[in-house]
Amino acid sequence: MSIDAQKDTILEFKSSTFSVPVLVLVSNDMIAIEQQLKEKIHLAPEFFKNSPLVLDVQELNKNELDINVTKLIGTIRALGLLPIGIRKGSTEQNLQALKLGVPVHTSHHVTVVAPEQKQQPPQPAPAPVISESAVPAPTTMITHPVRSGQRIYAVGDLVILAQVSAGAEIMAEGNIHVYGSLRGRALAGVQGNTEARIFCSDLQAELISIAGNYKISEDLNGTVLHQPVQIYLQNHTLVIKDI
Amino acid sequence: MARIIVVTSGKGGVGKTTTSAAIAMGLAKKGHKTAVIDFDVGLRNLDLIMGCERRVVYDFVNVINGEATLNQALIRDKNCNLLYILPASQTRDKDALSQEGVGKILDELKKDFKYIVCDSPAGIEKGAHLAMYFADDAFIVTNPEVSSVRDSDRMLGILSSKSRRAEQNEEPIREYLLLSRYAPDRVKLGEMLSVDDVQEILSLHLLGVIPESKSVLNASNSGMPVILDEKSDAGQAYADIVARYLGEERPHRFIDEKKGLFGMFFGGK
Repeated sequence: MSIDAQKDTILEFKSSTFSVPVLVLVSNDMIAIEQQLKEKIHLAPEFFKNSPLVLDVQELNKNELDINVTKLIGTIRALGLLPIGIRKGSTEQNLQALKLGVPVHTSHHVTVVAPEQKQQPPQPAPAPVISESAVPAPTTMITHPVRSGQRIYAVGDLVILAQVSAGAEIMAEGNIHVYGSLRGRALAGVQGNTEARIFCSDLQAELISIAGNYKISEDLNGTVLHQPVQIYLQNHTLVIKDI
Repeated sequence: MARIIVVTSGKGGVGKTTTSAAIAMGLAKKGHKTAVIDFDVGLRNLDLIMGCERRVVYDFVNVINGEATLNQALIRDKNCNLLYILPASQTRDKDALSQEGVGKILDELKKDFKYIVCDSPAGIEKGAHLAMYFADDAFIVTNPEVSSVRDSDRMLGILSSKSRRAEQNEEPIREYLLLSRYAPDRVKLGEMLSVDDVQEILSLHLLGVIPESKSVLNASNSGMPVILDEKSDAGQAYADIVARYLGEERPHRFIDEKKGLFGMFFGGK
């Protein structure tokens, strides 16, 4: 049995890259953190539900503000988020995180220093750098029209070489490109990527949204309608510009 | 190889049954053995349009349930002996249809017929779903108004994602646009969408435009598919559509307002 198992490999390690939100903390006030997190989650409960999260405590440590990582992770978990890493922590903070099963991400690559936790699989090298600006996920390419009632979700960028009909919904964690009329709903950066943009060659959308900031067709004025435009986020406001 | 054509729209009252009857008759008149199936179980209409309502003994559901054979249920058309009608049941509802049962009947028909026309009920529920599921070609019947166009768009989405061809990753269903109840004078007044508007929204190959016509109602009342009324504009439009579907090149007509006799012949640009 064990010999067979050794002969036929039933598992393998692969390296892949993910885009995960990073929570950058600038204050160690636990009550304020919890309060602000709650507000953020309330804005987009579906985005944050069971969302993985990497904690970045660089700013805190730079300003010598210590934080109880055990407590912080507890708070975050209680809010329904799933911390999967800590970055730029002190030795003490890293140890606290590891005790709760949260891996430590160093700036260049991930090393899980957990000799006592044998169930942790060894990370293949070179391990992924987890950050919002990580290597982009694969682009989804759609060559046929997206019809009313259809929904498309892309993990990375979404490129559509046809029209998007009224009543259709296209969503991407990255950018959206529509080389045709955009008449349906387009939501870019749905996992909170505020850098995501929407590009389209003919804007007639019912709704456009980037990282939860949206405009409905009533808000689109005549100067941008039926025009080739790009849409991006600036100071939490959607900007629609000719291209 | 037999081809299954679904005539569908999403919206009701746009002319699916009129179209099914006309193109089935047109294909049969061109010498192809054709069957037309009424999928509107519970709201049977096709038999009236085809003028065979007094000859219905067994129906589609009887065949599915094994209460009758296909040959017992198929009604031969009185005008064309290459055309057969499989009527719907009026006393049952759509739940009486099953994917397996419909598939079996279509497989059996495919052995004997060149074209099988499926007259879809309105909506996107079970009856409409089963009517389009096995299709090779789809005739999307649309009226030139926004709600009909949107429903057609929805139906196109269903065709490209929920049909057998889509599920088994085969070559997609060939989709054709039939714009019915078209009135060029009302388009000019801005009361109706134009052919170009509809094509822009649906981006679909236009098979033909059927003008709004009294002859359609007359044909329905008399139980004669309108294509048999060769003098009527709607009848000619359907004849064009059948010819184009079979690969003939014919210029589009009935798109512009009537321009007198010469306009009728040379119009339609």
